[in-house]
Amino acid sequence: MTYSLAELCIVAGAECFRNDGENMTTLIGVVPRISGGLAKLSFAPGLMMTDGEAYLVSEPVPVGPRGDYKPKIEGIMTYERVFDIVARGQRHCFVGPVQIDRYGQMNISVIGDYAKPKVALLGARGFPGNSINNINSMFVPNHNTKAFVAGEVDMVASVGYNPARYPDGKKPPYLDLRRIITNLCVMDFGGKDNNVRVISLHPGVTFGEVQENTGFPLERIKNLGDTPAPTDAQLTIIRDVMDPHDLRASVFKDNPPGVREAS
Amino acid sequence: MINKEMSVRDIVDQMTSGMTIGIAGWGGRRKPMAIVREMVRRDDLADLTIVAYGGCDVGMLASAGKIKKLIFGFVSLDIIPLEQHFRRARQAGELDIMELDEGMLQMGLKAAASRVPFLPIRAGMGTDILTHNPELKTIKSPYADSETFVAMPALKLDIAIGHVNKADKLGNSWIYGPDPFFDEWFCRAAVKAYLSCEELVDTSDFNSPDMAIKMPIERSLVHGVAHVRCGAHPTSCAPDYGIDVGHLKKYSKAVGDAFPTYVEDFVSDADHTNYLTAVGGEDHIRTLALPVF
Repeated sequence: MTYSLAELCIVAGAECFRNDGENMTTLIGVVPRISGGLAKLSFAPGLMMTDGEAYLVSEPVPVGPRGDYKPKIEGIMTYERVFDIVARGQRHCFVGPVQIDRYGQMNISVIGDYAKPKVALLGARGFPGNSINNINSMFVPNHNTKAFVAGEVDMVASVGYNPARYPDGKKPPYLDLRRIITNLCVMDFGGKDNNVRVISLHPGVTFGEVQENTGFPLERIKNLGDTPAPTDAQLTIIRDVMDPHDLRASVFKDNPPGVREAS
Repeated sequence: MINKEMSVRDIVDQMTSGMTIGIAGWGGRRKPMAIVREMVRRDDLADLTIVAYGGCDVGMLASAGKIKKLIFGFVSLDIIPLEQHFRRARQAGELDIMELDEGMLQMGLKAAASRVPFLPIRAGMGTDILTHNPELKTIKSPYADSETFVAMPALKLDIAIGHVNKADKLGNSWIYGPDPFFDEWFCRAAVKAYLSCEELVDTSDFNSPDMAIKMPIERSLVHGVAHVRCGAHPTSCAPDYGIDVGHLKKYSKAVGDAFPTYVEDFVSDADHTNYLTAVGGEDHIRTLALPVF
């Protein structure tokens, strides 16, 4: 089956959760939501997730209008309990930062000068606590140097592998950044001293193009290959179960195919 | 016989300029908006320090020029992610800011609730939360691990306000929605807490074990209760009504020069019945679907 870039990213996103056991997922945005659902419905059945409000659900809730679908409640996850699970660390956040830097530090607070910012966004939200306590992965739909900045992000809301920011340069004990999924590639923090490293390229993308669109030097794994294509079974879950209204079609401009057409 | 029933006006009469006020609820959900609108109507109320998981409560008070300092983890309408009134004030540099991690804010309330000067938390270490709030100190564990933590200072509130589903004249209250948020901790951190409620009921109404597990705020915390039907509008009050997205879109556009018109249309008139009519009526509000995320 042919597949879209969004579907490729969803499948790559699901891989973030492969060895997650019973972690609670926090999935922000369409691609992370479908990714987490796909993981739970295929190879990670132990994952815990919510209806986006306060209930834990035994099966992932499809994105978009629910029609007659009723979430299947298996428990409660109030925000206060979320804070408790953050502190204990049994959680994996899949989030969409506005800026990321070479250390994996993320920003969703403000762009520009802190006192009089050019753009005020949400505030730090739970990013400081999430990043220092539990696993984090990231989805970035526009891989460019505005998102992957040259210096540090404008407001470090989320911690990363930056020794200068810790007492005695000591990495905090539970910091665990996993993967970054973008419109161009999949990356992790497995380089030297946790440097960002490209682990697969979306079909038709070159390492040079990824590097050109990143504000800091990237490493690459040996035998760098293509991001694995979705299987038919995965596409069925994505299309028929998790996203029947095709919300994923609006993730990228013009909903491009997963295998880039030669220009 | 204790009787804590008061009006929204009586509640705001307890506030004076310069106070630190905590607002319960979460983003676009279960905010005591009738009380907030009364705060906006008071010309003599200013220089407030507001502590909140913010939504249109913070936005409205910011546009009304009531906030000197904002202590927050975020300001968002949930279903509309960016709060335009907060954005305008923040980008203009109008507000003193103490931006916190959501968990740090709760820890500050818990410290105040426990009457200790601080509580340790890992969140915030390594971030610009510490850079921009030099008054936040760190503390090294006195035990073998010797890890360094943020010593989150107590966030002591002069007054906390919140909105609940049911309350009685004694100050007992019941939150029926699935998430009580941090209302309890706002009340515990405050010298005095005041609640508005959808329904004012007899104490005997709470004579049920099923209800008792949804009562996180004991009455000794509560100093006043006001009966305000749909008092959280335009935020949600689960399960009675959802977020009024249509109204919030109108509100989001009423930024800057357009704010006085919004105030005239929806805030100036202190009669809550007139407010409900202006926003489409109580029946309409009760049909608003709860948000789907």
